[in-house]
Amino acid sequence: MKDFIRIRGISKYFGDFAAVDDVSLDIAKGELFSILGGSGCGKTTLLRILAGFELPTKGTVEIDGVDVTNQPPYQRPVNMMFQSYAIFPHMSVAKNVAYGLQKEGVARTDIEKRVDQALDLVQLRDFAKRKPDQLSGGQRQRVALARAIIKRPKVLLLDEPLAALDKKLRERTQFELMNIQDELGITFVVVTHDQEEAMTLSTRIAVMEQGRFLQIGTPLEIYEYPRNRFVADFIGTINTFDGTVQQIDENTLVIDSEEAGTTITALGRHDVVVGQKVCVAVRPEKIFVGKDEPDNSEDTRVRGVVHDLGYLGNLSLYRIKLVNDNIVLVSSQNRRRSASRFLEWEDEVWISWRPRSVAVLLE
Amino acid sequence: MMGRSRFILSALAFGYAFLYIPLVFVVVYSFNDSRIATIWGGFSTRWYGELLRNDQVLDAAFLSLRIAMTSATAATILGTMAGLALARFGRFRGRTLFSGMISSPMVMPEVITGLSLLLLFVTLQQLTGWPGQRGFTTITIAHTTFSMAYVAVIVQSRLMSMDESLEEAAMDLGGKPLRVVLDITLPLIAPAMIAGWLLSFTLSLDDLVIASFVSGPGSNTLPMYIFSKVKLGVSPDINALATIIIGAITFGVLIAWFAMRRMRT
Repeated sequence: MKDFIRIRGISKYFGDFAAVDDVSLDIAKGELFSILGGSGCGKTTLLRILAGFELPTKGTVEIDGVDVTNQPPYQRPVNMMFQSYAIFPHMSVAKNVAYGLQKEGVARTDIEKRVDQALDLVQLRDFAKRKPDQLSGGQRQRVALARAIIKRPKVLLLDEPLAALDKKLRERTQFELMNIQDELGITFVVVTHDQEEAMTLSTRIAVMEQGRFLQIGTPLEIYEYPRNRFVADFIGTINTFDGTVQQIDENTLVIDSEEAGTTITALGRHDVVVGQKVCVAVRPEKIFVGKDEPDNSEDTRVRGVVHDLGYLGNLSLYRIKLVNDNIVLVSSQNRRRSASRFLEWEDEVWISWRPRSVAVLLE
Repeated sequence: MMGRSRFILSALAFGYAFLYIPLVFVVVYSFNDSRIATIWGGFSTRWYGELLRNDQVLDAAFLSLRIAMTSATAATILGTMAGLALARFGRFRGRTLFSGMISSPMVMPEVITGLSLLLLFVTLQQLTGWPGQRGFTTITIAHTTFSMAYVAVIVQSRLMSMDESLEEAAMDLGGKPLRVVLDITLPLIAPAMIAGWLLSFTLSLDDLVIASFVSGPGSNTLPMYIFSKVKLGVSPDINALATIIIGAITFGVLIAWFAMRRMRT
């Protein structure tokens, strides 16, 4: 069941420009898969190829063992929720939701029953007779969702499903989407530029840039083990230091970094050689900050002063200026309740991190 | 501030007076009892009665209405198809040329349009024997050609402002292309089509120049009848006829305006 959706060598050229460049991907049944990338990275084009609105220049798409590459949209077992929601303005909510079933030729009594069910699922039962212009943004989004799932497609494509909602509503809707996906067992493919959305929703994420996948993995893999600098930068915030490999031991890797102003110890790996240029990346929450020199000799330690600080309630964010004037971002949880701040501006501090907190990126 | 607004107000008043005083005269004199059109002889509606007994006027009016209805309907069908092609078929070869050519009948001098159509009909008749006699058919075809340009432009602008993903969504839900046009596209551009039809109707009813070129013996449209009659001197029943036409056109324009306004919301 691993390859419910099989994308093989898909390319899409607009003139000379490759919007999608030789992309292959397997998606398992029941997955909630996100394609994450900035604007113009080709993610929407790929989604439109899956829906059948664009024909790929090269490559094939298989869904549930059937080659759908040349099938028109109205024959594919796939439905899509559009970014603009694309709700038919001249039809009531119920008519919008019923449209797909009507085209399928389902009996009228069945249509009514299934429309009621779908509207129940998205909690819009009382709005069935309304016209779209009488709905709020969140309600329109749910109409679009109900309309897209009513045919029980094998795959549901969602184009920026939450982008048009405000923050509070977005958080709530995220969990609703996950529940609905769980309940129906439909495979979801979501396209988004919002990394937080991708992290919370997805079973797996593909990070896309310039028409290619840079990394495919679970949210945890993508966040903790980014494969290159783009992925590391794109997902969350991260501190990066350029350096050269100085020493390779059984369990550790020592990297000399001028940017960090010290040598950095990382976990050992076998795909590097001494003298190789690498990039060291550390997440702000993996860095400890304190006034006293930490005593664990394995940890990387650097001195600096508090250049800036931000108190967020649950977290404190620090911008620590190193001796060589580089800035390192550190975040720490405010575990203790106290009336005074733990650190103040211009305090001299030590920052440190463990070897296993370090991601070594090969350029 | 005060001076400027007074200036603007008088400019406005003068402009509207310039536009509408002639029309007011026509309307007022249509209720004139006197036989001499320019002398006021008291209020009367007798010219309206006389108009209804004038077979020539009624024939001309009936012909004009038939032409206007037919050509407006044909122009709406053809213009909508052209508008759809321009707005929805993406970039096809010669699209710029096509969209430039569609609007050229709107700017072409009517004399030229009329003359070229007359030449076309004459040549066609020599070659194929059709159209045997110029009249209803030729005037309708002529009116359709220039009216469809207006319809195409209105429909195209409506489609441009419409979210294309509406049609994609319908196709995604299982609608075949023709079905999608009937279910989604046509209902949404209906206001534009109605506005286009009314505009074509009015343009056709109004046209004198092109109709004069392509009409034949015995087929006088209403404007042609009025024009020929006025050459012999203004008679009061023409004022009554003009008033009726003003009323009808105002009505048509108002409906077109309402349809356009609904289409924007």
